[in-house]
Amino acid sequence: MTTPDQPQQPQPPRQDEGTMMLNAIGPRAGGPQPGAQPQPQAQPQPGTQPQPAAQQPQQAPAVPPQQQAQPQQQPAYAAAHPQAQFSGGGYVSPIPVRPTHLGHALASEWTKIKSVRSTVWTLSVMIVLVLGVGTLTGFGISASGTDLRGASPLGFGMFGMLLGLMCVITLGVLCVSSEYGTGMIRTTLTACPSRARVLAAKAIVFFLLSFVVTAVTTTLVALIETGLLSGQGGATPSGSEWFKATVGVSLYVAMLGLLALSVGALLRHSAGAITIMIGLVLLPLVLALFMMAESLQDLREFLFEYSIPSQLGVMYSNAVASSGPSGWDPLWIVTGLTAVVLGGAFVALHQRDV
Amino acid sequence: MWPLVRDHPTGLFWLGVLERRAGWNGGIQAAEERERAYRGRMIEIEGLTKRYGEKLAVDGLSFTVRPGIITGFLGPNGAGKSTTMRMMLDLDNPTAGTVRIDGRHYRQLRDPLTYIGALLDAKAMHGGRSAYHHLLCLAQSNGIPRARVHQALDTVGLTAVAKKRAKGFSLGMGQRLGIAAALLGDPRILMFDEPVNGLDPEGIHWIRNLMKSLAAQGRTVFVSSHLMSEMALTADHLVVIGQGRLLADTSMAEFIRRNSRSYVRMRSPEHERLRDVLAAAGHTAVPVADGALEIDGVSAGDLGELAAGHGLVLHELSPQQASLEEAFMQLTAESVEYHAHSDTAGPAVPAGPAPGPDASPPPPPTPPPPPQPAGDWGADWRRKKGR
Repeated sequence: MTTPDQPQQPQPPRQDEGTMMLNAIGPRAGGPQPGAQPQPQAQPQPGTQPQPAAQQPQQAPAVPPQQQAQPQQQPAYAAAHPQAQFSGGGYVSPIPVRPTHLGHALASEWTKIKSVRSTVWTLSVMIVLVLGVGTLTGFGISASGTDLRGASPLGFGMFGMLLGLMCVITLGVLCVSSEYGTGMIRTTLTACPSRARVLAAKAIVFFLLSFVVTAVTTTLVALIETGLLSGQGGATPSGSEWFKATVGVSLYVAMLGLLALSVGALLRHSAGAITIMIGLVLLPLVLALFMMAESLQDLREFLFEYSIPSQLGVMYSNAVASSGPSGWDPLWIVTGLTAVVLGGAFVALHQRDV
Repeated sequence: MWPLVRDHPTGLFWLGVLERRAGWNGGIQAAEERERAYRGRMIEIEGLTKRYGEKLAVDGLSFTVRPGIITGFLGPNGAGKSTTMRMMLDLDNPTAGTVRIDGRHYRQLRDPLTYIGALLDAKAMHGGRSAYHHLLCLAQSNGIPRARVHQALDTVGLTAVAKKRAKGFSLGMGQRLGIAAALLGDPRILMFDEPVNGLDPEGIHWIRNLMKSLAAQGRTVFVSSHLMSEMALTADHLVVIGQGRLLADTSMAEFIRRNSRSYVRMRSPEHERLRDVLAAAGHTAVPVADGALEIDGVSAGDLGELAAGHGLVLHELSPQQASLEEAFMQLTAESVEYHAHSDTAGPAVPAGPAPGPDASPPPPPTPPPPPQPAGDWGADWRRKKGR
């Protein structure tokens, strides 16, 4: 990075980029020559400076400490900003002014997400759950010697993934709501007043991170399962099945995580948002289990088929059901849902007070 | 026309494009006004209003924060200081009114950290993140070089704990980290919300000097406090608010000159006779709770001679000066939001009086005055509703 001497240059390099900034901060860009331009208004108007004499007794103690402490304070500043003179033009910073864009926000969010422990915890628990449960399932089936009867061995990764999904959801919620919980959001939005940019950067960084981690994990599990269960009568998965059970599932899980992030941004409360998301994952299935009445049969079917565990199952299998989602449908459904909630989060973030 | 260009998010960009195309260079009509807008480096607040339901937190506030000096923003708790500062940073949307920073809205600033550094509260950070990463993510979002993070940590003296998580920081360390974040972009405007709250004397001293040196470099410093004594030591200009309304917008020197009332305290065993003598001489004596009299506008010497002329025994004759704290309390008395219950809420007693040399001729040791419960201005708070 930059050497410490760099700010010592009297005139920071200013490229001819960004007409807006150059025009907008004219006096600042041309500023560092002290005395080059008369700057009347930086002089405090007479009378604002407290006269040391004839003052309140409270004023008196201020003078000696100031003299003691200035030598400590000033050298650091003088070293860092040699041109910070008492020039009439007000303070001129040596830091080059760069118009910021989404890339800056992405870098910032990447630093944020990797520098907290909740990310490490949730993602490593997810990896352990998905790999562990997947491997155990594979071992169990291969040890019992069950005949798979043409079922794809890839599908056995689903149970672990269902548990791992909870971790991704938690991370998604925490990504936004922890900023509200800690008050960090005020600092964040002070640094980047464009709230849409902040939310977009968070969404992109979180989505990519959870997608990559999930994709690596699901691929590992798929390799383990096919290795363990070969020769037990299972079907040999085709390339497109492999693709759907790894990349497809990862997209689905990351998209659900993004939905959780949006809910977190709407609710601004970690526990509330996590509870809602877990309810969304589990409740339809649980409700359907207890709908015994004949009249509710259709609703029960619907809840079963569209519950998130069933949809995740669809992402793992290639079976074409007579009703309900099939093929890549679950991904499109969750993408649509996420788009709506994320849009709501954008609007809410833009309008609300922090 | 100019306000339209200035306020539009891309207005200045297109103005720049136009200028380059046409070869204009400062020749345009608005140049002078633009110059003023950008050289001002000030914060202008106009008719700022914030309503939370029924409650008007900030009520038509208008003032200007000028460059190169420390502007103190003073008001009792709940006066709307923090709300105003949040609106200045575009965290809260004002119900009415505008805030302009160098002529622009905060949301229009592309790299705000290089314009304004703000310390809103010491704990506005993720406790699980290290000090270094906290500053790094802020620097990255504004395109500030990484080396600046180390400089800022060095400036506030947190280099040794840069890799420690902010959760374990003391209040003072958190405050320092917040100030490092404010200084990160080397901004020309700095805003501190109650920076000395909860700090030890050394920390208070440090912040005080930091603010002074920042202002001396030509930066605009805007600092809020509810402690008049603190402001008297640091601020050059005062903006006082109470219940969201502007109560005073004046220079510190002017405020001191206007508000420091001087008077003489007298106490005598012959209380009634003393009052009669004073009344006969045409002085107005105000009796206070502990049996003393306060006389405005006469020197202690004249009063001593008057008493001696009448052969009066005096137990006390002391010139007093009302503290700024008292002046501030009087100014905001109407608008204090929360009061504590107190049975002996007598007239405000100077908290930090400047007792002059005891000039009374008969100086028998006066019994120590009874403890005055209203000594601290925070002591007689009473919930307004309860009155």
